[in-house]
Amino acid sequence: MRDQPGTTPLLEVRGLAMHFPITEGIVVSRKVGDVKAVDGIDFSIARGETLGLVGESGCGKTTTGRCILRLEKPTHGQILYDGKDISRLPQKELVGLRKRMQVIFQDPYSSLNPRMKVGDIIAEPIRVHGLEANPRRRRDKVRDLLSVCGLDPKFVDRYPHEMSGGQRQRVGIARALALDPEFIVCDEAVSALDVSIQAQVVNLLEDLRERFNLTYLFIAHDLSVVRHLCQRVAVMYLGRIVEMAESDELFDHPMHPYTQALLSAVPVPDPRVEAGRQFRPARGEIPSPINPPSGCVFHPRCPMAVDNCKKARPTLREMKPGHWVACSEVK
Amino acid sequence: MPPLLEVRELHTEFRTGAGIVRAVDGISYTVEAGETVAIVGESGSGKSVEALSIMRLIPNPPGRIVSGEVLFDGRDLRKLPEEEMRSVRGRDIGMVFQEPMTSLNPVLTIGRQITETLEQHQGASREDADKRAIELLEMVGIADSRRRLRQYPHQLSGGMRQRVMIAVALACNPKLIIADEPTTALDVTIQAQILELMKSLTQKLGVAQIIITHNLGVVARYASRVNVMYAGRIVEAGTAEAIYHDPRHPYTVALLRSVPRLDQPRRARLDPVEGSPPDLTKLDGGCAFRPRCRFAIDKCATDYPKLESVGEKDHLAACFRSAEVAAARENTRESAA
Repeated sequence: MRDQPGTTPLLEVRGLAMHFPITEGIVVSRKVGDVKAVDGIDFSIARGETLGLVGESGCGKTTTGRCILRLEKPTHGQILYDGKDISRLPQKELVGLRKRMQVIFQDPYSSLNPRMKVGDIIAEPIRVHGLEANPRRRRDKVRDLLSVCGLDPKFVDRYPHEMSGGQRQRVGIARALALDPEFIVCDEAVSALDVSIQAQVVNLLEDLRERFNLTYLFIAHDLSVVRHLCQRVAVMYLGRIVEMAESDELFDHPMHPYTQALLSAVPVPDPRVEAGRQFRPARGEIPSPINPPSGCVFHPRCPMAVDNCKKARPTLREMKPGHWVACSEVK
Repeated sequence: MPPLLEVRELHTEFRTGAGIVRAVDGISYTVEAGETVAIVGESGSGKSVEALSIMRLIPNPPGRIVSGEVLFDGRDLRKLPEEEMRSVRGRDIGMVFQEPMTSLNPVLTIGRQITETLEQHQGASREDADKRAIELLEMVGIADSRRRLRQYPHQLSGGMRQRVMIAVALACNPKLIIADEPTTALDVTIQAQILELMKSLTQKLGVAQIIITHNLGVVARYASRVNVMYAGRIVEAGTAEAIYHDPRHPYTVALLRSVPRLDQPRRARLDPVEGSPPDLTKLDGGCAFRPRCRFAIDKCATDYPKLESVGEKDHLAACFRSAEVAAARENTRESAA
């Protein structure tokens, strides 16, 4: 249902759920409940596309990324990568997959080993996968990767602490590119950076996508960055996708009450626009994913909620071509 | 009438392994009673150190307030004995920090954090303080306030904790609140709730506010006047309208251009500020923004431009070429139209 005509998606997620058990007791541990981090989501990403996955903390966006990378084994659902279901693959069959999928993390301070030189950090995946046995050629490849990511090849001999946050994030990107992947999960990849540096890294990601024909899942909470980098955007709330559409369509015509509240909460850097804006903050706080509300998970905070919202869980419906909304009250 | 707060030529430095860092390098500005002033800048621009310097909360060593005056309500805070300064903090000036988990005491109940302030500064009895604490919690929108009083910070969500911080800051009816990145650690919908709360309360109670932030959207929504900082100095100051619609410093222009905007159609590429922020141990006598500036001339390497009036009376910029900056902006606007 989410395929564009004539293209096979590189990635398709069907009914994906990730429930983490909550246990009690030290000697005899028994399960007392579940944290429903991701609770049945569907989406697909076409080759060369950037899909944004947005939402507030605890909405399940990072867990979704980790399931796709198979850093977690999902509880239910399928993850079709290039047509093949990888959701149940055993560990040793994942090795081949790791070459094709990589990840860029948020914090360039904790995601690089402080005791390794930049050159070794980037060379490590190449070494682990045995792709380039010749140390000299491996070093050349590392230098290449550095300059592709806008860094001086001389940085191979530096340590992460000698670099700025922006430079470190470029090292993280170079490491992700080391295996020539086709798909990269960017998990809050630019969130920790200052605005002036953030824009540089956003541009780098876009350049790399074009140059190497990459496909991105861009997980972020900063909606403004997502609007500019992503072709399509999915909004998550408490483990579910509540709305999904082309980027401009979603931001100009949000239909789900949660998306509307989320967008109205983001201040725009222009006092004239702000003075004329209607502001509708969502009431209350995000409920716990251990005991999520019945029916539509947003109903306790929703200005449009009716009785039925407490009972029936809304499914994604296509309200306009390519614009999917999970709300029974949107007509 | 003199302004509520006047900072004059404030200098704060830190001794580090790599040399002396002039984190705040000669800053002057004012805050009028009841108004909201923003201090905006990126990491390392000195905005937080500047706020801590006002409160005399700079750890010494390694830090030191070198010179300058901080005139608050007619007194120079830098000259007060520590005893009196302690009564200014929390009573006359309230503070709200970024991380409510670390700025609230984890082993004291919510109620105790508020009543402690009241007993210290106003000599309130335990009973009166409790009553007032309940009022304050209700004022900041915490339901079931009697129960909350007996809870500890870890039992509250991030947004709730920040509400408690605001209640503590407002407990003694301060004249000024300094909020250092008050919502940076919070989710957007909660951020919006907290900022709206701070806005309505400061307006209702007539409290002046200094908001320190890197978020240009927050500044646009809440501040009437703005100081833009870069490498320890204010490079541009003015009304929000002037800063956003008639910026005269190349850094302000570049910064505004680099921010992706939620209300503008998708463009895959942004306009970053090229280069990296300066190494604060290696600043020379020239303008610190020079290596990243497309307007830079020879003079910028040798002289530091003064913060001077550009056009309107309260609009100041520290750039030799502010006239050219304005003209270039006009040109791009025309060619875009």
